[in-house]
Amino acid sequence: MSDEATRDAFEQALDTREVRGRSLYVDAWHRLLKNKAAVAALIVLVVIVALVSFGPMLSGWDHEIPDWDHYSSPPSLENDHIFGTDALGRDLFVRTMIGGRISLLVGLVATLVSLLIGVTWGAFAGYVGGRADNVMMRIVDAVYAMPFMFFVILLMVVFGRNIFLIFVAIGAINWLDMARIVRGQTLSLKNKDFVEAARASGATEWQVIRRHIVPNLLGVVIVYVTLTIPQVILVESFLSFLGLGVQEPLTSWGALVNEGAQEMETAPWSLLYPATFLAVTLFAFNFIGDGLRDALDPKDRQ
Amino acid sequence: MLKYSLRRLASAIPTLFLLITFAFFLIRIAPGGPFDSERALPPEIEANLAAKYHLDEPLVFQYGRYLWQIVRGDLGPSFHYRDWSVNDLIAQGAPVSFALGVAALLLALVIGVITGAWAALRQNKPVDYTVMSIAMVGISIPNFVMAPLLILLFAIVLGWLPAGGWAFSFDRMILPVITLALPMIAYIARITRGSMIEVLHSSYIRTVRAKGMPEKEVILRHALKPALLPVISYLGPAAAAILTGSVVVERIFTIPGIGSYFVQGALNRDYTLVMGVVILYGVLIILFNFMVDLLYAWLDPRIRYDDGEAET
Amino acid sequence: MSRLWPLCLMLLLVGCSEQSEQPVEPPPSLADPVAVELDADGRPVPDILAESQVIHRGNGEEPQTLDPHLAEGVPSTNILRDLFEGLTTTTPDGHIVPGAAQHWDISRDGLTYTFFLDPEGRWSNGEPVTAEDFVWSWQRAVDPSTGASYGRMLSPVANAEAIFAGELPPEELGVTALNDSTFQVDLNHPSPYFLGLLTHPTTYPVYREAVEAYGDSHVRPGNLVSNGAYTLEEWRVRSSITLVKNRAYRAADDVIVERVVFYPLEDENTEFNRFRAGDLHWTYQVPSNRFQWLRENLDEALMVTPWFGTYFFSFNLTRPPFKDNLALRQALNLAVDREILTERVSRFGEIPTFNLVPPGLPEYEPPVTDWADMTQKEREDEARRLYREAGYSEEKPLAVELRYNASENHRKIAVAIAAMWKQVLGVRTRLINEEFRVFLQNRAQRRVTEVFRSGWIGDYQDAFTFLELFHSEHGRNDAGYDNPRFDRLLERIAAERVPASRRNLMAEAERMILADQVILPVYNYVTKRLIDPRLKGWKENVMDHHLTRYMYLVRAREAGEEEDAAEEAEGEES
Repeated sequence: MSDEATRDAFEQALDTREVRGRSLYVDAWHRLLKNKAAVAALIVLVVIVALVSFGPMLSGWDHEIPDWDHYSSPPSLENDHIFGTDALGRDLFVRTMIGGRISLLVGLVATLVSLLIGVTWGAFAGYVGGRADNVMMRIVDAVYAMPFMFFVILLMVVFGRNIFLIFVAIGAINWLDMARIVRGQTLSLKNKDFVEAARASGATEWQVIRRHIVPNLLGVVIVYVTLTIPQVILVESFLSFLGLGVQEPLTSWGALVNEGAQEMETAPWSLLYPATFLAVTLFAFNFIGDGLRDALDPKDRQ
Repeated sequence: MLKYSLRRLASAIPTLFLLITFAFFLIRIAPGGPFDSERALPPEIEANLAAKYHLDEPLVFQYGRYLWQIVRGDLGPSFHYRDWSVNDLIAQGAPVSFALGVAALLLALVIGVITGAWAALRQNKPVDYTVMSIAMVGISIPNFVMAPLLILLFAIVLGWLPAGGWAFSFDRMILPVITLALPMIAYIARITRGSMIEVLHSSYIRTVRAKGMPEKEVILRHALKPALLPVISYLGPAAAAILTGSVVVERIFTIPGIGSYFVQGALNRDYTLVMGVVILYGVLIILFNFMVDLLYAWLDPRIRYDDGEAET
Repeated sequence: MSRLWPLCLMLLLVGCSEQSEQPVEPPPSLADPVAVELDADGRPVPDILAESQVIHRGNGEEPQTLDPHLAEGVPSTNILRDLFEGLTTTTPDGHIVPGAAQHWDISRDGLTYTFFLDPEGRWSNGEPVTAEDFVWSWQRAVDPSTGASYGRMLSPVANAEAIFAGELPPEELGVTALNDSTFQVDLNHPSPYFLGLLTHPTTYPVYREAVEAYGDSHVRPGNLVSNGAYTLEEWRVRSSITLVKNRAYRAADDVIVERVVFYPLEDENTEFNRFRAGDLHWTYQVPSNRFQWLRENLDEALMVTPWFGTYFFSFNLTRPPFKDNLALRQALNLAVDREILTERVSRFGEIPTFNLVPPGLPEYEPPVTDWADMTQKEREDEARRLYREAGYSEEKPLAVELRYNASENHRKIAVAIAAMWKQVLGVRTRLINEEFRVFLQNRAQRRVTEVFRSGWIGDYQDAFTFLELFHSEHGRNDAGYDNPRFDRLLERIAAERVPASRRNLMAEAERMILADQVILPVYNYVTKRLIDPRLKGWKENVMDHHLTRYMYLVRAREAGEEEDAAEEAEGEES
């Protein structure tokens, strides 16, 4: 089975080294702080999170009640709709912020779900090995050969349109990469000298896993998380494009961008603001992810 | 090598079987049926339609019937497009998606590798940041926004290109190809940059440089080849996905590819059609992953597959 | 200035200054057609015609099938009207006139129709269209094993119902070929709308030899034999369907357009862009949020016509909270401000309504309800009173689920209605947007629905096509309306021969549905599309039938040609 091992970019960049203590992560953190793009991205992200968390409280508008006197209104200070309103007269500033909450939540929760399944599955397969490994990875192969979108759409159709199910559905499918990476790492780790040494010195299996396997996996996992969140946010926006996104009156950046794209000529502000937030957030996550990868990869040290 | 290839292909069969089984039962769980419509059918007619398409049989029988059909190379009649068989529909749509996909792949590969390598050579310089920022636009703007923007600019405002529609011609392909290629360019550029940086820091390149070889030759002859390995492993699944079309691009540019069938087939409960494209996708994934492994072996002499256990 | 924004967005990330003052989008330029001149027979004079008579029509979705008996949905019907011809057909303005039948006799009791076929009627392979063709085709349409989705259209014909139910063989259908050119139909009860039914594809003849020889693939190009003005030349799935003039057609000499290409264009913005780029002469729809823009920029191409359909919501009468709760249903109905919905949400001149049956039927006078005459303020006061009467209040608000299927317009309407209920009554609405098939199933099962989107486009020009939906046993009675008095009324309407009494009975039936608050009517549909000003020969009609055979393209005006000729033409057109 191991000939099927993923040669994914993550793994490639993160060829794990022996870890001595926690110094690797401290070093990595220092290296990350030297990466200007990543630091800028981190700051931007913090600002966005603060905005979507507290922004709606600063505005007098409600995200679901239309202002019938100002529908499709361009941004204006006079009527107090600073981002304008949508086709139904709902304030776009509030909706963009509420949408941001949902998009970020979708990204985070779905990624965590995929992490949970992926790490468990991959670590178990890699650590136990043998026949169990073989069967588990064959299942991963079969699911991997299934088009992602088809899967997501069916899950949405079958389980209805509950927002938490969207999280879970996306996460439940996105775990395959994680499982493969973690399995590969575990497989190579468990035969490493220092693991053998630990075993020889009488450490229990659990101690080996806790002290040696898990810390070594952490780097891969962190990078994976930062790069998966933006992917999931995009997937959610695609579902909104298909009309299968979150339920009204809730919204997400994807849903707002999709509505805005329909009106890009007649009401360009309805595309501009949510699209900018979406793009900047994705930018930020990707820069942080790249920064982390560089920082965690000892080979890249200059 | 041959032994390895045969073994790999043989191991694809159980994977495919699992895939077909998953997909077959999954789509049947979805509520509603292919013949539901806003006009209610008389029960008698509904029963007859069900009988005609064997939907009245127990699911396991239908599954068996379906497997036997596939073995004979028949993907069955489409439940939604009732004048066509799934074979017909895929035969009409696949060449379109393949043409677009291949063009987008080539474009993305060329631009992605060049910009990625360029950024790597200027690591942490302004060029690097600029190139990577532009590349990231491709993954930060959803394609359903990018596509109408391109149409608006090039077809409506400038009037240089058609606003959509399909023909095997340069002018009709260019906008969809760009839309498809943009996110790929970004991924490829990022991967190339990362691996190029790594290769340039390797002892191998240091040795080559120490021998006094001209920099251009160092990069083209010695650094690029190993730096492409991770790009190739990215390309395997990416190629399968892009060759089977994109529902967004197909809808916005009105292109008759097969990408929409993944979504429309599922939404219309066109069981056979959706199975057909899922199988096609699965086969392509398996095939491309296999080709990736072969390419790896060819590009990277350290890898040998003859003992069956490969380490990368 | 505002048109600059989209481009700025694109350039935003590479640095765009908003300062440039150039208009980004040039006003769309439509070709300027020459004036229409007709000859003595009402045909356009050759001099004004464009050289190439090929028209391109946007046509919604890819048709599921082009078999007239299996087809459903507007897109396939549009194509089938060009390919085939029923016993009757429609004029450009929607009147019913002889088609494959040259004339007909109706027996005094209204139960027997005798059609005399046009001796010039030909299949596209040159064979004559015979009465036997109709007998065989109609038997095929009602045969349950055919699986005709609209087989019910033929239910007025004697024995049709029993044949659907599998109780009688299809040969027992009440149709006979008296000779090669005389086709007789026996009806169960007089159905004044019967001649109108004959324009529907379910009643079209199909060519027996082709159907028998090719089976499911008899409608492929090369296999399909049709009797209409056009014949199928090419079918590229999800790309285009090309029809070419049928030389054998009985009135081929009058057909001007040589080729018509139908494009499946699902996305309204895409279709709109292709129209602007000059790829289409005729669109299927227009982007719903562009009304203002179109009025300002493309007014001469925009056509908005009332359509024979009603957009409404239904209450599930079989479950709480609406079961046996007339006051609550009425409260919700009255709290909705239709003016806002049509003027600010749907925005295309849809007509606000409190009725089920759309206006404009020649043989029908819709009943006027009390609340239709109130002001919205009065309605809202009344709504609040009824809401309290139903046992709800500020402290104890109603929580209700409003279901609709994924679509931009449904979404907007539902959001707006939920907001109105909240503002007027304090109702807490949960919006549930479902994927179409799930939605249909939930509606039909009535187990989870509370209020849900409905809507109906009439199948034939008669109020009955709307009323019959609420028969307790109708397959689409998703509200679960079960009123024996109403059912009896429908049966009486079906049997009634005197037009005036029939009209009154139908109005009584509609009044009953409205008084029982089964539905929450919102507006009457309009059809809206863009049409190239060079395309002539079509007229607005409420059934939205637009046969290509009446159309023609006039050439664009050359530089220096007279302006005022155009105005004359306008006069002639209308």
